[in-house]
Order: sequence, then C-alpha cells, then structure tokens
Amino acid sequence: MYYLTRQSKLTQFLILLVVFFALCLAIEPSETNVLWRFPALFAGLPGAINEFAENLMYEWLPVEVYDPELEEYETSALVRELTRGFSRSVLFCIELIREILLGGVKTIVTFTSWDFVGEHDWAVWPALPWTVVSGGAIVLGYALRGAGLALLAGLATSYIAIFGQWEPAMETLSFVLIAAPVSCFLGLVLGTAAYKSTTTEAVLKPLLNVAQTMPHFSYLIPVMVFFGVGDHAGAIATIIFATPPMIRLTLLGLKRVPVEVVEAGAMNGCTNRQMLLKVLIPTARRDILIGSNQVIMQCLAMAVIASFIGAKGLGFNLLLALNQLRIGQALELGICIVLIAVVLDKLSLAWANQQTDYFADESFMRRHRYGVIFLAIFALCLLLSLLGRTIFFNGINYFYLIPHNQGITTEPFWQAGVDWMVENWYHGLQAFNNWLILDVLMPMKAAYLGMPVIATFVLVMGIGFIIGGLRSAVIVGGFLLFIAFTEWWDRALITAYMTSFAVMISAILGVVIGSLCAQNSLASRVILIGCDTLQTFPSFIYLIPVIMLFGVTDTSVLIAVIVYATIPAIRYTVEGLRGVPVTLQDAASMSGVNRLQRWVKIEMPLAFPHIMLGLNQTVVFALFMVIIGAMIGTEDLGQYILKALSDKNGIGNGLVLGLCVAFIGLAVDHLIHTWADQKKALLGT
Amino acid sequence: MSSQSSKSKSVIHCESVYKIFGENAKKLLSQSNGKVDAVEFKLADCVVGVNDASFDVHEGEILVVMGLSGSGKSTLLRCISRLTDATAGKIFIDGEDLLALSPKQLIELRRNKMGMVFQSFGLLPHKTVIENIAFPLQVKGQTTAESMARAMDMVELVGLNGRDNYFPRQLSGGQQQRVGIARSLAVEPDIWFLDEPFSALDPLIRKEMQDEFLRLQGVLNKTILFVTHDFSEALRLADRIAIMKDGVIEQLDKPANIILHPATEYVRKFTEEVPREKVLTVGSIMEPSVDATQLSELRVPQEAIIQTVAEAILTESKQVAVVDQQGAVVGSIHASKIIKMLFGASATPEGIG
Repeated sequence: MYYLTRQSKLTQFLILLVVFFALCLAIEPSETNVLWRFPALFAGLPGAINEFAENLMYEWLPVEVYDPELEEYETSALVRELTRGFSRSVLFCIELIREILLGGVKTIVTFTSWDFVGEHDWAVWPALPWTVVSGGAIVLGYALRGAGLALLAGLATSYIAIFGQWEPAMETLSFVLIAAPVSCFLGLVLGTAAYKSTTTEAVLKPLLNVAQTMPHFSYLIPVMVFFGVGDHAGAIATIIFATPPMIRLTLLGLKRVPVEVVEAGAMNGCTNRQMLLKVLIPTARRDILIGSNQVIMQCLAMAVIASFIGAKGLGFNLLLALNQLRIGQALELGICIVLIAVVLDKLSLAWANQQTDYFADESFMRRHRYGVIFLAIFALCLLLSLLGRTIFFNGINYFYLIPHNQGITTEPFWQAGVDWMVENWYHGLQAFNNWLILDVLMPMKAAYLGMPVIATFVLVMGIGFIIGGLRSAVIVGGFLLFIAFTEWWDRALITAYMTSFAVMISAILGVVIGSLCAQNSLASRVILIGCDTLQTFPSFIYLIPVIMLFGVTDTSVLIAVIVYATIPAIRYTVEGLRGVPVTLQDAASMSGVNRLQRWVKIEMPLAFPHIMLGLNQTVVFALFMVIIGAMIGTEDLGQYILKALSDKNGIGNGLVLGLCVAFIGLAVDHLIHTWADQKKALLGT
Repeated sequence: MSSQSSKSKSVIHCESVYKIFGENAKKLLSQSNGKVDAVEFKLADCVVGVNDASFDVHEGEILVVMGLSGSGKSTLLRCISRLTDATAGKIFIDGEDLLALSPKQLIELRRNKMGMVFQSFGLLPHKTVIENIAFPLQVKGQTTAESMARAMDMVELVGLNGRDNYFPRQLSGGQQQRVGIARSLAVEPDIWFLDEPFSALDPLIRKEMQDEFLRLQGVLNKTILFVTHDFSEALRLADRIAIMKDGVIEQLDKPANIILHPATEYVRKFTEEVPREKVLTVGSIMEPSVDATQLSELRVPQEAIIQTVAEAILTESKQVAVVDQQGAVVGSIHASKIIKMLFGASATPEGIG
C-alpha cells in the first residue's frame, strides 16, 4: 500500500485498471457467488418504508374528527387529517386563481354548496377574457421594464390564445402561481435559518444534496400517498422539488454579503429584522434571484411530470401528445411552456429590479397611470368580448376564450414534415439507429452488466482513493454499497451505462464546441446566450424533436440526454476559458505561443477546475434526463420508479430507487468536486 | 498625556481594553493578570487583537489610530463601536458604560450618536445614492419625504449633486466613499468613526478626500476616531495620533511630539522618512524663552508649518519672535535651529527642541 501511494497518480490508475480487469475475468458469473452480486440485504427496506408510511397515515395518533356530510364523529389518524387539510387549502388556492382566469363554480361551491349553485344559474364566476389577461401582462411588462418586455408578454399570451392552448396554459399558470411563490418563500426562510444557525445548516446540507440528485419521479410517490392525486398533489410535489435550489442559493447569497455591508447596517442602528429584510436579503439579491429563476424553471419542468399525479394543464396535454406521437402538437405545447417560463422569469426579474423616483412631483393620474391604463384595457376588452358574442356565430367567442384546440395549429405542417422525413430518411436513420443499438449500446450494456460487483467496487473506490485518499474511497464506497444491497443493482448498472455513454459524448462535444467558441468574444457571447435560452426549456421539450426523428427508442432518449447534458459542458468550458486572466494571456503571447499551445498549455490547465464543475452538472443533467427517458420506454431504474408510481405500495420502492439514483449522482459529484478543489488549490485560486 | 484633556470633556473613554480571539480567550486572559504576551497566547490558539488599550477621545478632537495591517487598529475601532465585543476592559461613551448596554439601547446609541465610514464603503448595492444616504434615517423610522429631503442636503454637502439616482456600482471609488461619508453623517452623530476610509482610493483622490474631510470637520466639529495605515495621512489629519503594534498602543501624542520624541524604536522608524519641515509647526520647535533685545522685526505665527516660513527666518540673523493668534509673543526661534532640524535631525532626533 505504501509503495502504491508513492507512485504517480497515472501509475496508480493503471495498476487499478489492471486489477479491475483481472477481477472481471477471474470471477465467474453465478447467482450464488457473493463476489459476483452482493445479496440483496436491503430487499426488505421498501416494505418497511411502506409499512411505516401506512402506519403514519392510517393508524398513528388517532383523533376524533367531525364529518359534516355524515354529521357524526369518526376516528382518523392525525397525519391523515393534517395532510388532508393542507391538500384542501392548497387546492382551494389553485382553484381560486384558476377560476379568476378561466371561470367556474368551485370557489362559490366552497363557500356555499353544490345545491346552491345548481339552483341559481347566476352563481357562476365568469372567466376573464383572454384579451384582459394579455393586456394586463403587457401593461405589467411595460410598467416594470419597458417596451421590450411588454412586447414579449403580448406575443407570448397572444401565441397561447391563438394556438388554442389558453385553457391548459391558464391551468398550468394557476398551479405555477401557487407553487413558485411558496417555494421561493420556503427557500428564503430555510436559507435564512441555515445562515443564522450552523446547526440548521449542518442538518439541511445532506438533505439538500440528496434532494437535488433525486429524480423528479421519486417525489411523486410519497406525495401521492400522503396528499392523494390532483392539482394540489402536483403543486406540492413541485414545491418539494423547487425549494432546495432556492435554499441553497439563498444561503450562498447571504454568505457572500460583504462584512462591511453588515457592519454598516449595524452601525446605522438596524434591528435584527431590519438587518435581515433591508440589508442582508436585498444585498444577496443577485443569488436569490437566480434561485427564484430556478424555482420558476423547476415549476414548469415539473408541469409535465406532475401530470402523472393528476395536475391538469399543458404538461398533461404534452404528455398525451407525446404518447400519441403527435409531434406538431407537442411542439406547440412545448413552446407554450417555454414562453410562460420566459415571461414569468423576466417579469419577476424586472419586479425585483425596479427603481423609485422620490422627487417626481406627479399628479394622481400620472402616479397611477398603469392602473388607469389597465382599467381602460379591462373595460375595453370586456366590451369587446360582449361584442364578440354577436359577431361570431359558430358558438365560439374568440374575444372571450378560445377553446382548447380550436385555435390555429401548425400540426399538419409538422406531421407532413415527419412523414416526409420518415419517407425519405427512414433507411438512413434506421441504419444509424440499428448500428448504434447493436454495435455500440448493446455491447456496452453487456460489458457493464458483466462486471462482478466486487470489481466495480474496486474500480470506483480505487478512483476515490487516487483522487481523495481514504476518505473519498469510503464515501463513494458507502454510496455504492447501498445500491448493491438493494435488488436493483443490475438496473443501476444500466442507468450507469446510459449516463456514462451520454456524459462521455456530451463532455467531448461540450469541450470542443466550448473551446472553439471561446476563441472569439462574439462567438462566446452568442453561445452563452444560446445556453441560457436552452436551459430555460423544461427537460421534456428535448424529447420532442428526437422522437420525431428516431421514434420511441433508446437512441432517442440518448440523443435527448446528450443534447441536454452538453449545455452545461459548453457553458462552463466557455466561461472557464474566457475567465483566464488577461495578464496570463499577455504573458503567454510574449513567450511566443501559437494558438494550439496557448490552448493546451495555458488556457486548459487554468480553466480545468471550472470545466470539471461543468462536467459535474453534465452528469447530474444526464442522470435526470435518463430517468425521464424512462417515460418513453427505457429499461433502467427510471422504468422501475415509473412502475412504482402505479403500484399501491410503491412508496418504499419509489424512495429506495430514487435514493439509488441520487447516490450514483452524489458519488460522481463527490469525486469531481474533490478533484476540482485539489486542482484549484494547486492553482492557488 | 495630552494638554487637551484638561480643557474639554472626554467623549470616548477606554480603560484597559482587551480583545483576544480564540476559544479560551477569557480564561487565558484572567490567568494572565493583565500581562498579555502575544507569543504565549498564540501557542494556545489565541490571537491578540487589542492589548491593554487605555485612552480618551475629547469632544471635537480627531484621534487617528495608526498601525500596519494586523496591528489591531481596526479591531480597536470595532470594540469601541461594539461591532465586536471587547474581551475585557471598560469603554464609556459620554460617560455611559458601552458594554453594559442592552441590544436595544445599543441600537438607539448607534441611531443617534454614532456614524461610521468603511474602507470598502459598505454601501447597499441595491439602493441608489440617495436611498443609501437616507437608509439610517428610514431605519430610525423617519418618513420617506423627511428622510429624502435630509438625504438631499447630505448629497449637496459631499458634492454629489446630480448623481443622487446613481447606483453605487455606477460611481468611482472616491464618489462611493462620499456616499459612505454622507450616509454616516445623515443622522448628525456626535461621534464619527472612520475605518481606513481613503485607503482604497488613488493617491490624488485620497489627497482630495482628505481635504474634503478637513473641510467637513471644520464645519461639523465632530468627535472623531480615524483609523489608517498611512503615517503621512495621520500627520495631516490628526489632533493626536495613537500608534499601534501587535495590539499595543506604542505611543499616543500630538503629531509634532511623536516626530520629535518617538517613544520606541518602532515609532522612530515611521518618523525617519517624514519631511519634518512639512509637518512640524514653528511652535513645536521654538524656544519658550524670549530675549527682547535680540529679536528681529519679523513675527511668525505659532501654528505656521515650518516650510512656509523657513525662508523668511533663514534670512534673519537675529532671533525671530513667535506669536500666538492674538499677536502676543510666546517664544522665539533662530535660523540655526531650522538648519539643525532640517539636516541634523534624523541622526540625533533627541538633539532638537
């Protein structure tokens, strides 16, 4: 051992590889051989979790509850009643916003009864005409930022209305408008708590790590068990998923507030409250805004996934369209989701950055001009929608609500495109598809599955040892051991194979494209804006065009994964290379390097830690996308999580599977971070 | 220690103030009976910030604390503004025991009596110039209209007219510090703390800001504790200078006395490079005795910097009379004294005065 640690890292790695392959060859595959596959010691874990959840939901702490419908007391578990109450209030909020936007009777029913609504025809809340919402968005955009944002808001809302997606879009919006603020608020509160107390931080940190690497699906099952199915469940799952990044960024932002700003606040006589609300949080605004931006993105990404547990709206329709292979419609729906995401993001950003003029001496009308303009638009659009009743004779009032799928659509065009491609490119695509699956993927998968478990452990822990010493080896070994003791080791290997295949290609693509673009400042700017835009797309959107080309196959999933995971690789490469200090560039130039030498000897080594962090993101993105790919039919861990969704006792399976995925991610995350930190320390930055 | 102590009241009074960082600081300090040795404490993982500091700052006085980085000068300032709590010792502000104040009382004190300027400005990045300046007023609970009107006055006072709606990031360093100064003065504090306020600025801007500072002090007459690492800045601004090293105040005296009588070898090193004729006043090197028969016609004021009158004195062969502000003769000076100061000084500083 001592001899080994004195060798260079490369030699150590080569020795490790030799041992690994020797183990692979030496150990015979057999069900009984412990070295081939560890026994599933944790096989009982999902069952235990199920039992625990059931106990918690139906038996623990029984309380007497009055049932107004049966008019008698009944016994029910405390947790069940609590979650029920919570579900109801969340649902009420969602319904309220939804009915303001789309009209309906449920809010009125809440305060009266179904009978009351049945007896009185007038007891219906009318929808806001879409023109009013659109006008409101335009005025808001103008008030907060100016003509650009107003134009964007106007175009986005008009697009949604004209393409007949108004109803699902407003359904999605109503659920985002609840989930996003709640997530932001929770994130702020917890982030601040972690900032104030190191104990809270120490408790939250591992939870956050796991939460951010667990696949979206795993959240759905516990939420379903505790909160049932429906819009509220979707919103709750979304909140759980969207809050961790907000916590993390709030904490990061608060920690980065300069000491002097805090001291200045104290010397100005701030109370604790004033310090928090007027000094700390506003100063940390940059990071907190990135957090809220992530929250909005997560909310819309979850719009699709939450539809699995009954959330209505664009996501549900998108899923349906994908399942029916209606590419055109899926594309239109995808654009709707992206538009909502972008508009909400820009509006929230502009809201946080607004400025007041204290010495403007304005009249009442001028001070309230935007309110007045909105009222005018409101009245005008109301009139227009009343007018619409008499203009349009086919029963649809286009000025009021354009019913679902009654707008214009470009679907035939896309369908024709797909048909044309299938007709003309079928053989080429199919040949590529077959080649990839038969000659690349299948052998690779077989190789992964052919690894004895002990060899995998030696390889991964050995890499851990080489990178970070004994501590790293034990940490990654621990993560792996958990997976090895579940029943799903083979599935995990398949997930690992798909992810590693995608990551390899993404990393190569990312570094090459990033390096090329980084040579030129204009190209860098363009590619960074491109990455920004692509990152606002919910992950699901990436599946649409590839399914168009390759149908529902592993190839489609892999290509979507690669495209999605290449984005952070490119971004971090460009940022890293452009971040090389000018003085060093000048020094290199004066030493007479050529372009290639500069890249190899100066830029790459200096940008390496940053690029590694990009690679880390690539791995996490790829893992997520591989799991999402399960929706269109791959056979890894994701598929099992999906199965757990439809299983009554799925909570245990779902959670354990989710943890398996999370632990793969965490192990890689640990290795990459340790490595990058060492490189950074070497560079002295 | 100083002749001022008798004539005006003490606003800040420190008695054996210690600040020691580290887990066992309190315990170690109580064992040491006030004799703190930095090396010994270092072995116990404690860092000595301030070591037995006792002094007064008087009303309307500028006390400059000078020291190199790590000397504990900023820590001392932070103890007196109670941004950190002193490990031991007593601090009185206007006779009130600072360390006994409740958090609420402390907030009141800071809201009404103290203002502080920071080295890297400490401006709130999300607020405009005017909002930053109005911030301490709003924290106190003043209405927007009131605080904005006052803030606008402060904008004018520091000469930032027309930039009131800029954000800090849109201003130069010197302008940002003007905002910091305006903010610290907005509540009309009696006590003004400045923590290396001009160190982050370019030399020319620094000179300009020092002039600005002296101008403001001429108008406002605050009690000032000013921290710097720049000896020449200290000489320019100070009524008295405290020189710190390793947490200990090595010497606390008027600038002229520090140059003429450095108390320790460490202090002497600072004074070596100082051009005396530009710093010392005639009064600081004159002979208090006057022989009326030997006097020339020339009269020089006591406060005059030597450089400004040296040429005139050197052309006189007789003793020159030194007068105070009322014109009364308080002493005399001879050309030979000036020559000795200029050329013989650094070799034997004790030889003068």
